[in-house]
Amino acid sequence: MMERLWNRKPSIQAPRIVGRLALAPLLALASPAIAASEESTSAPMYYLKTFGPKGDITASLTWGLLAIAAGVSVLMSVLVIVAMFRNGRSSMATPGSPLPIAHPPGGHRWIYLGLALTTLVLIALVIWTMDVLAEIDEPAGEPAFTIEVTGQQWWWEARYVDPDDPSRSFVTANELHIPVGEPVRITLASRDVIHSFWVPALAGKTDVIPGQTNETWLQADREGVYRGQCAEYCGLQHAHMALRIFADAPEAFQAWWDHQLEPADEVPEGSELLAVGERQFRLQCGACHAVRGTLAGGEAGPDLTHLMDRTTIASVTLPNTPGHLSGWIADPQHQKPGTTMPNPDLSGPELNAIRHYLETLD
Amino acid sequence: MAVDYQKRPEAGYVTKELEAKLHKMWETKPGLFGVIATVDHKVIGIRYIVTAFAFLVVGGLQALLMRLQLAQPDQTILTPEQYNQLFSMHGITMIFLYALPILSGFSNYLFPLLLGTRDMAFPRLNAFSYWVYLASGLFMYASFLIGQAPNNGWFNYAPYALKPFNPGLNMDFYALGMVFFGISTTVGAANFVVTVMRNRAPGMSINRLPIMIWGTTTVSVGILLANPAVSLAFFLLWLDRQFGTHFYDTAGGGQPLLWQHLFWIFAHPWVYIIVLPAMGMVSDALPVFCRRPLVAYTLVILATITTMLLGFGVWVHHMFATGIPFLSMSYFSGASFIITIPSAIATFAWIATIWTGRVVVTTAFLYFAGFISMFVIGGVSGVVTASVAADLQLHDTYFVVAHIHYVLIGINLFGVLGGLYFWFPKMSGKMLSERLGRWNFWLTFLGFNLAFLPMHWTGLLGMPRRIYTYPEGAGWSWVNMLTTVGSFILAFGILLLFVNVWMSLRRGVAAGANPWDAPSLEWATASPPPAYNFTVMPVVASRHPLWEDRLGESEGHSSIERGLILDDGKEMLATSVIDAAPRAILKMPEDDPWPFLVTLAMTLGFTALLLHWWWIGLAAGVATLLGCVFWLWPRGDLAQTKGTAHE
Amino acid sequence: MSELPLDSRAPLNIGRLPIGSIGRAANGWWGMMMLVVTESSLFVYLLFAYYYFAARSGPGFLPEALPSFHLSGPGTAILIASSVTLWFGQRGARRGSRAQLLAGLLVTIALGALFVGLQIFEWSEKPYTIASHAYGSAFFTITGFHMAHVVAGLGILLALALWSGLGAFDERRMSAVDIGTIYWHFVDAVWLAVFFTFYITPYLR
Ligand code: HEA
Ligand code: HEA
Ligand code: HEC
Ligand code: CUA
Ligand SMILES: [Cu+2]
Repeated sequence: MMERLWNRKPSIQAPRIVGRLALAPLLALASPAIAASEESTSAPMYYLKTFGPKGDITASLTWGLLAIAAGVSVLMSVLVIVAMFRNGRSSMATPGSPLPIAHPPGGHRWIYLGLALTTLVLIALVIWTMDVLAEIDEPAGEPAFTIEVTGQQWWWEARYVDPDDPSRSFVTANELHIPVGEPVRITLASRDVIHSFWVPALAGKTDVIPGQTNETWLQADREGVYRGQCAEYCGLQHAHMALRIFADAPEAFQAWWDHQLEPADEVPEGSELLAVGERQFRLQCGACHAVRGTLAGGEAGPDLTHLMDRTTIASVTLPNTPGHLSGWIADPQHQKPGTTMPNPDLSGPELNAIRHYLETLD
Repeated sequence: MAVDYQKRPEAGYVTKELEAKLHKMWETKPGLFGVIATVDHKVIGIRYIVTAFAFLVVGGLQALLMRLQLAQPDQTILTPEQYNQLFSMHGITMIFLYALPILSGFSNYLFPLLLGTRDMAFPRLNAFSYWVYLASGLFMYASFLIGQAPNNGWFNYAPYALKPFNPGLNMDFYALGMVFFGISTTVGAANFVVTVMRNRAPGMSINRLPIMIWGTTTVSVGILLANPAVSLAFFLLWLDRQFGTHFYDTAGGGQPLLWQHLFWIFAHPWVYIIVLPAMGMVSDALPVFCRRPLVAYTLVILATITTMLLGFGVWVHHMFATGIPFLSMSYFSGASFIITIPSAIATFAWIATIWTGRVVVTTAFLYFAGFISMFVIGGVSGVVTASVAADLQLHDTYFVVAHIHYVLIGINLFGVLGGLYFWFPKMSGKMLSERLGRWNFWLTFLGFNLAFLPMHWTGLLGMPRRIYTYPEGAGWSWVNMLTTVGSFILAFGILLLFVNVWMSLRRGVAAGANPWDAPSLEWATASPPPAYNFTVMPVVASRHPLWEDRLGESEGHSSIERGLILDDGKEMLATSVIDAAPRAILKMPEDDPWPFLVTLAMTLGFTALLLHWWWIGLAAGVATLLGCVFWLWPRGDLAQTKGTAHE
Repeated sequence: MSELPLDSRAPLNIGRLPIGSIGRAANGWWGMMMLVVTESSLFVYLLFAYYYFAARSGPGFLPEALPSFHLSGPGTAILIASSVTLWFGQRGARRGSRAQLLAGLLVTIALGALFVGLQIFEWSEKPYTIASHAYGSAFFTITGFHMAHVVAGLGILLALALWSGLGAFDERRMSAVDIGTIYWHFVDAVWLAVFFTFYITPYLR
């Protein structure tokens, strides 16, 4: 099925709409938390209710374990309390006064009984765990494509790779799209320290470790936006190294991919502001950021070719609104203290021009 | 000159004259010299306890600051760097500078008393291990003075710990501090093991040892085997940082995961090391308040040893997400489940002891009862994470943070607080107030559960660990607020403990030798015990020397009032390993400043390494070695050189 | 030696007991055993690091020129010989011969120093350094750790030589000698493990 999707020509040309489209069903679900998240750039990280096969099967295991844990805890606490009151209590009159001592038999029975029960429960748990582990190890069908994710302090780079047609690869950051109902393979590499790739509503964590490439896979069974976050401490801004996964309807996903392949639009003739913005961007920012189709080709920061397709910036730290964008460019160190993007040395008008230019990158 | 190397020790009764004579020999000389040079295990034990509590307060205050920052979303009380240093130092302080040393303190204080002897096997080494503990703790804390405290968590993963990512002195403080601290732990552990094997009351065969002795001895062997892994890991880290070696960086073919293996091979055993002695304390003290011997003594000891052994085989459960092979995951997950079984034995033994006993409800007992249910909650949340598949979700969330606080506070702190209520009268001669004690218990118990029970939920809501802030709308706000409130109640409860101690020292009720009517040997001597512990060497004939008449189970009678005198200088008995039959008479060292001086030289040495003063470092190293030579110089008064034995 | 009187009413008839530090009756002997246990595990972890590298990095981990026996072989022989000479000295001490003890100690020290010299020479011959690659780091660190232990052992032997020169020991009071020699034999045994790892396993694949 993915095969067909790949080769189909794009039908929709307005990618920004696609983003909205993808969001629509989700907003319609109107989970208040998710709705609010559009403003607050966060969505629930709750993983006891999940939206993909990998998460689902793990969630029931987790529920089972939690139930047993709670049961054992309550049982033991009740036993302690009952035991305390069972034989009546002695009290201590003054320090040093002798109290009766006894050596009643029978305690061992308890231990053997408890031990037998514990062992049975544990055996069941081992089997259940192994079963789930085998299930989540590999997807049911071969994934149609791979996203090569690179973790770095403190954002995610994602390179989409079409195995059949290398020219259809492209790079984006922090917000990944996947087709709903399809398994997607994800390879994980690190450019600096250890991170951990985690989208709780879809699957558990896989560490991102320098010097080795780990693999995992994701599948979402429902359209929507799923929040993920770096789960291994990686330094100053570990707290702000989130990501978002958009599970799109297959056509919408296809359209998104096709749109991503396109270079940025040319700056229209005659717009002084945009021309200045483009030039300043190339000079000030191009060393780190790439905008395909222009001379800006840096690799130290996120690819900005389709920046306006993203709903958030700086690893889901801020919503992608003109105001926040200006704020970010003017003073990233204030928005995300310690981020590897330096505060620029720019005048107000220059900043303004750059921001307007960025807004054309859709 | 015919020298006789043997003598026939005399037996006799406790008399006033004998006590006066022993006192002269054993007491620590007053003044600064005495402070520095004392080798009395009781003084050292109390120093350990006080210092460890001080670190608990410091680590606790750090936690409270963190809790203020996390109480609400998007707080800016702390900068990210401050938060990161705080949570790192919190973990380091609690795990290394509080949790083990507090137990070492109790063990140090109690070992010779429980074993019916006069001091540890190596009194000077004992002093040394305290001084090094203090010095290494201060060394690590010195990092705060220059604002560069460790900032990579207590498990300090590479490569973030390497120079390119972490150029300050932060990691150097931690790395060198841990190598330094490891020396203290190691010599302390060796001392416990040798003391148990060699220095017991005649007749205290191994099937009569109190459980806390078993606990401490087991973990001491564990320390000897595990601690080198972490010292090495940190030393290699330091090499990577200073000399460009390639152990952990990928550039030269190093392996970041090597760090994790070395660290967790150490750290998983370590989490049992910091609870088994506390569990032993409970196993000994809880039955006193149930007015019966512990149920299943032998099984509990076997469980202790098995936990330690299995503890060496589960370290990879901290690394489930690192992409290790399927088979390996299954093995380590299974092993982590299995380790529940010995813990279950201990739990059931405690409950059975309460069930079949007649309970005396004291503050100490309440702490022990609380301890049991906290241990179960913490234990079963460990079982939940032991399941690989579930752990891939739970790992590095607050669920794990809740787990560790239930086990660490539940089994270590609660056990220790109960132990303190139990043994404080022995240490000070004064009872703690039971009335304040109730407040103390209920505030800590409720505060603790209010703080950390909801934290499981925080974790299930997906809040990752080690984030200095979180956005609004994540749904984590109210649980975090609860946790913060609970932490402050807990802190206030702990504050009450200090109030209680202070009031008791000023005007507490006198305790007498055996306020709880307890069975073991430490209660057979005065409270606080004299410097020489026992006037005559007690002889032990059962597991419960002070109860045996009433239990009517022993083959013979223990003897407290009459025994070997050993008053020809500082003397004590060496006994055989299994049956504790007398084997030799040992000459014990006097107060000695060398342990302190050697520690000073080592502190200078580590500081020099930190600051790259290589020549001073070398000089300090030489001074350390020379110090050891003087310390170990064979001495006639210890009967180490020829022609020095006494008849 | 003695019947243990378990009953307080029975006479405490313990018999004669040795006084002070003698052989295994000395706490110090047990203390040294503890040191040996913990240091052994230190070397287990060191070698673990080496094998971990080897397993994870494959054959590319080893340097081009495999470690050779031309210095390490004689070095190994020298160390083994030094254990024998030390044993010889200790036996002398048992018989009360201070001269034999001193001779044994001094020859052992000389052999140990020779080993250190050979090792340093071998180090200087290596085309790589501790900072070149993971193998270099492992090689120099592990052999360096061992060498540090040899040096510590030499320190102990020197102290023993000094003390016996000052006439501190006789055939009964010599536990310092008994204890110190354990350490030296331990250092030798560790070398065999290090030697096997670096010089032999590369040829076993
Ligand atoms: C005091 C220390 C202590 C103790 C005793 C334990 C005990 C256990 N721990 Fe815990 N653990 C830590 C301290 C401790 N732990 C710390 C500090 C960390 C985090 C480190 C970090 O990342 O910073 C950690 C992390 C940790 C992890 C890694 C989590 C992660 O990071 O993803 C795992 C996974 O398996 C685990 C498992 C266990 C298990 C199975 C036990 C078992 O031993 C528990 C056994 C006990 C019981 C189960 C209760 C009694 C039994 C019964 C009443 C019988 C009935 C029970 C059943 C039928 C289930 N622990
Ligand atoms: C024995 C171990 C121990 C103990 C006792 C504690 C005690 C506490 N811990 Fe800690 N904790 C750890 C071991 C421990 N912790 C470890 C190992 C980690 C992992 C670190 C890492 O990730 O690297 C951790 C991490 C950790 C975190 C997670 C940080 C993060 O991941 O970002 C949090 C957050 O809430 C926390 C909170 C607390 C609190 C509120 C207490 C409270 O119980 C503290 C209460 C005690 C006191 C406050 C002291 C008493 C004070 C006084 C008597 C003074 C009176 C003061 C007032 C009344 C204000 N701890
Ligand atoms: C030294 C390299 C560097 C320079 C110069 C730089 N940036 Fe960045 N930029 C980054 C990095 C790294 C990030 C990711 C930061 C993060 O999320 O922590 C980033 C993030 C961004 C983002 C958010 C992208 C996203 O998808 O989250 C925008 C927009 C941006 N930069 C714009 C600019 C502009 C405009 C300039 C010039 C005025 C500029 N950058 C200069 C490195 C740089
Ligand atoms: Cu990246 Cu945490
Ligand atoms: Cu563990």
